[in-house]
Amino acid sequence: MTEIIVVTSGKGGVGKTTTSASLACGIARRGKKVAVIDFDIGLRNLDLIMGCERRVVYDFVNVIQGECTLKQALIKDKRIETLFVLAASQTRDKDALSPEGVRRVLDELIADNFDYIICDSPAGIEKGAHLAMYFADRAVVVVNPEVSSVRDSDRILGLLASKTQRAEKGGAAVKEHLLLTRYNPRRVTAGEMMSVADVKDILGLDVVGVIPESQDVLSASNAGTPVILNADSDVSQAYDDAVSRLLGDTVPLRFVDEPKKGFLARMFGG
Amino acid sequence: MGLLAFFRRTPATASVAKERLRIIVAQERSARGSPDYMPMLRRELLEVIRKYVNVDPEAIQINFEKDGGNEVLEFSVALPQKAAAAAAV
Repeated sequence: MTEIIVVTSGKGGVGKTTTSASLACGIARRGKKVAVIDFDIGLRNLDLIMGCERRVVYDFVNVIQGECTLKQALIKDKRIETLFVLAASQTRDKDALSPEGVRRVLDELIADNFDYIICDSPAGIEKGAHLAMYFADRAVVVVNPEVSSVRDSDRILGLLASKTQRAEKGGAAVKEHLLLTRYNPRRVTAGEMMSVADVKDILGLDVVGVIPESQDVLSASNAGTPVILNADSDVSQAYDDAVSRLLGDTVPLRFVDEPKKGFLARMFGG
Repeated sequence: MGLLAFFRRTPATASVAKERLRIIVAQERSARGSPDYMPMLRRELLEVIRKYVNVDPEAIQINFEKDGGNEVLEFSVALPQKAAAAAAV
């Protein structure tokens, strides 16, 4: 049984690709067979975050247009046996993606016994974003605790409830999960940033993960190593918790409280 | 909160953000699935009302609800304080 998960947000720059890469790695290293697909046609980026940009020969659009086989286009990860990347096309126009073409690729992955297919959605609500979510069973909605990101996410929730195959067929709805990124507990305590509870309240979704704001994310993208693989980082542990929850485990939220400070640090704002 | 932080404290704006989002998200959710002419209807109603009373665009609430087989268009205008007093006279 293959599960298709879209990672989406509406707003750009909130961490969709970082999240797609880390969730894909996290699920795959637990022994599941995972494909992660970049739907951002024209602006390929997942390959860079995954660190396989020099190994891209064929892409998603090549497969859809029959210029290569899916096997030729899937890039096997060098770190995790069961992880595969399908890169976005860089040069073609975004009309190259069609619902039938996407369906065909997904069906082929399903026939090839993939356990999970992660669809990394582009920003916005145009065709690429629409197709990334259209066939999804579940959605991870990536949100920054910031007004424009929260509002855009709510638009996306509206689309998930109306413009997906599940919505159109009238069966079970797409299961939606909230994943907060760039969370800064210090600023939340100071009342400068909305809390997990605030965002949860507004959007009415269950929280699958809270990722703390961290310099490790930039370091990871610089290196082309998904941040979840940096075991020392809080971000990595937070993503791994999110993976556990996606796979059905109940684990407590971590990194949502301000770290305790010593006396001097408290006096001088450390 | 440290001493230094106390003196350069930034205002606590998170609650403002939450309140603004709560309102706009509720409004946008209620607009979902409603007819496409709603924004136009809203604008024209506002123009008509403004011929008589100077109301704020925010003062007009339009709700479109589906209740079983019935579709209900609910419409409310909050008059400004002065105009309400004048109207009462």
